[in-house]
Amino acid sequence: MSKFGNSTNKKEVPQASSNSLSDIVFMLLFFFMVTTQMRETEQKVKVTMPVASEVAKLERKDLSANINIGSPTLQYQAKYGTDARIQLNDSFKSVNDIRDFIAAERDAMSEAERSLMTVNLRVDQDVRMGIVSDVKQELRRCSALKIMYAARKPQKD
Amino acid sequence: MARRKFEAIGSTADIAFLLLCYFLMTTTMGDQSGLQRRLPPIPDSEQVQDQKVNRRNIIIVRINSADKLFAGSEAMDISILKDKIKEFLTNPTNDPNLPEKEPVEKNGKTYMKSKGVISLQNDRGTSYQAYIAVQNELVKAVNELRDDFSRANFGKKFSRLTEEEQAIVKDVVPQNISEAEPKDTGKK
Repeated sequence: MSKFGNSTNKKEVPQASSNSLSDIVFMLLFFFMVTTQMRETEQKVKVTMPVASEVAKLERKDLSANINIGSPTLQYQAKYGTDARIQLNDSFKSVNDIRDFIAAERDAMSEAERSLMTVNLRVDQDVRMGIVSDVKQELRRCSALKIMYAARKPQKD
Repeated sequence: MARRKFEAIGSTADIAFLLLCYFLMTTTMGDQSGLQRRLPPIPDSEQVQDQKVNRRNIIIVRINSADKLFAGSEAMDISILKDKIKEFLTNPTNDPNLPEKEPVEKNGKTYMKSKGVISLQNDRGTSYQAYIAVQNELVKAVNELRDDFSRANFGKKFSRLTEEEQAIVKDVVPQNISEAEPKDTGKK
């Protein structure tokens, strides 16, 4: 009985184990800080990328400009309809705005790295090619010739 | 004394948790991968003439607005496109209807390089999914040819070659995929 009645003995055991908790959480924190990147824009169009087995990784993520094409998400459908739209940065744009967008992206880069800029086309798989062709033609006119069709790897089974 | 020490550690964990939650909410996992391509520059009006390619050196891959695939002049399923392209680019029997080859010299060795060009055409109504599927097959065909070539000449897979060797293989087996100007056929 004296064993259970001893309150000082009982308290010390559980408290000692919380020491390592902060270490574990910090390790998790560092893991996420290293592996993730800031979400710079809000997704206003739904993009489900098509599957392709031969994808290559984009090496310099900081040298890429994203163009999203897809149908607007539910909250914007009332205003913009369900037809495929182009999203640049944070807003819906038309093909004619791509020129300014590319110029702005170029300006943000250093002179030496401008030629390495890749335009990352994030296009929904249900989009028709017409709008994509328009975007490609416009990119050719801006001589932003390095492009990437974003795609995801097929799930391994 | 001991009690105060434990409390301090407990709050670090709380702060770290808060930071962790913050990063979980504001960041995304970076998984940007895709098919990389180079668009052709807008041609000057003077350059248009010398863009003529011998007819036997070009294969036209078309995807129409109903996502039906045509390679050369015949309709085909996407599953056999890769073999068709490989046959086209290697021309194993020296068929006069398939692309000609030219010798290129690299480091004292002579390799046969195919002059074949794949011209990919699509319609405005083609779905992006079908387009990417075809692009993927074309890249796969070229990648397999590069692998075959590397095995035959260097005894290793393409991905295991040194950078100089990879440059040679890339030069001899180029990824000549031309994305033609869009054609306005069929209604959207």
